Amino acid sequence: METKDYRKDFPILSKISYLDNAATSLTPKEVVEAMNEYYLDYNANVHRGVHELSEKATVAYNEAREKVAKFINADVKEIVFTSGTTESLNLVAKSLGLVEGDEVVLTEMEHHSNIVPWQQLGVKIKYIKVVDGKLDFDGVITGKTKVVSLAHVSNVLGTLNDVKGVARIAHEKGALVVVDGAQAVAHLNVDVKDLDCDFYCFSGHKMFGPTGIGVLYGKKKLLEKMNVFNTGGGMILEVTKEGFREGEVPAKFEAGTPNIAGAIGLGKAVDYISKVNLENDLAEYCVSKLKELDFVEIYSRGNGIVSFNVENVHAHDVATVLDRENVAIRAGHMCAMPLVKEVLKANAVCRASFCFYNSKEDVDKMINGLKKVNEVFNGTDL
Amino acid sequence: MEQIYRENLMDHFKNPRNFGKIDNCFSKKEVNPLCGDEVEIFVLFEDDKVKDVKFLGSGCAISLASASMFTEKIKGMSLEEVKKLESKDMFDLLGIKVGVNRIRCVTLPLKALEGIC
Repeated sequence: METKDYRKDFPILSKISYLDNAATSLTPKEVVEAMNEYYLDYNANVHRGVHELSEKATVAYNEAREKVAKFINADVKEIVFTSGTTESLNLVAKSLGLVEGDEVVLTEMEHHSNIVPWQQLGVKIKYIKVVDGKLDFDGVITGKTKVVSLAHVSNVLGTLNDVKGVARIAHEKGALVVVDGAQAVAHLNVDVKDLDCDFYCFSGHKMFGPTGIGVLYGKKKLLEKMNVFNTGGGMILEVTKEGFREGEVPAKFEAGTPNIAGAIGLGKAVDYISKVNLENDLAEYCVSKLKELDFVEIYSRGNGIVSFNVENVHAHDVATVLDRENVAIRAGHMCAMPLVKEVLKANAVCRASFCFYNSKEDVDKMINGLKKVNEVFNGTDL
Repeated sequence: MEQIYRENLMDHFKNPRNFGKIDNCFSKKEVNPLCGDEVEIFVLFEDDKVKDVKFLGSGCAISLASASMFTEKIKGMSLEEVKKLESKDMFDLLGIKVGVNRIRCVTLPLKALEGIC
């Protein structure tokens, strides 16, 4: 099927050129309908109820977990539903039992959600440097390293990191590997067994699913050993006045009523993703067009992400002008201040991020908008 | 063609008024985590009046133009008048409408001043 047919599934695309997919992707009608169906036809709590509606909801919730497991080649017990990548990363960081002084290796291209949870632990953090947009991890991971946590794909640079290579080195040194896959799942076929990572975190809303639902994949043996995170109903086997016994994985990490509709929506998004061709060369096309503009500095391209700045113009002013031209891009530090400020030495950057439903016309509209930006800001001498 | 980036705003952005520093006076720096804007306001009071005001800053056109216009407005005002200023005055000053995410760009100089007064 052509890309054009799929565009009809996303009503927003008839209004604007949406180039902010790395922040959140659009949601196709069938995902919304699946969630509506839950709310309108079988809205009930999962697991505990014995009535028919609850059974239907439980089956749908469990099916969603099975779909997600298959999607990344994991076992169904290795899939923990969370509220998103951020919660997944917090869960891992705070449940591994790390203590002050333990060494954790991150990279300079991490999103804040893969920096701050580790900083909170008081552990010693070492950063793998970013050189020419790529990781230079020679010698950083040592026998002292307990955890290496890195992005699969950078949300600013679009760099695809060699997770498999990092996992090999880390495992040789006895360290665990955590992967922030938020930017990868809508662009690559992710196979956690092939990557041999210990944990893999991602969000529903960056892969055509709803907000408020995400996934933590963890190797079963590790999940079983880890400390519990949120506690309360649903995550226990038994509670007495004196204490509790934790449930089995993945339930032990899912305290409280889960995001049932969100999980169902995510399951539907997995179905949807398997129908479409995720690959496109719009990032490359965008870069070739940007290179024709002598007032633009390009920082990166790859995996659907292009970061750049317009000479003498703050990224937010660029985004505001483009917004008036019906082109939505991102501007700012992309929740990656150490990378943007300390490595790229920029105050803020503009980011256009593409996915399968975007077209060359979207890119052309942005390029025309950038010419207007240049006219407004660099054209006349006031 | 571009409603936000009007001539007056662009003029203040490109030729900011009262840009600079005043030694030995009250000053306060505010940042806008969204754009990474920074505005530092220096105010010299004499007889409970703003005798002189300057600012330093970097960031988007809206925040810098806002700071420039703001310094022009408050120069000569009494402390009492300055204390009464609110966000609405900032929008009136710039004469533009911005989206919710960029309100702080407009009000940043006022926030800095509130840290002083």
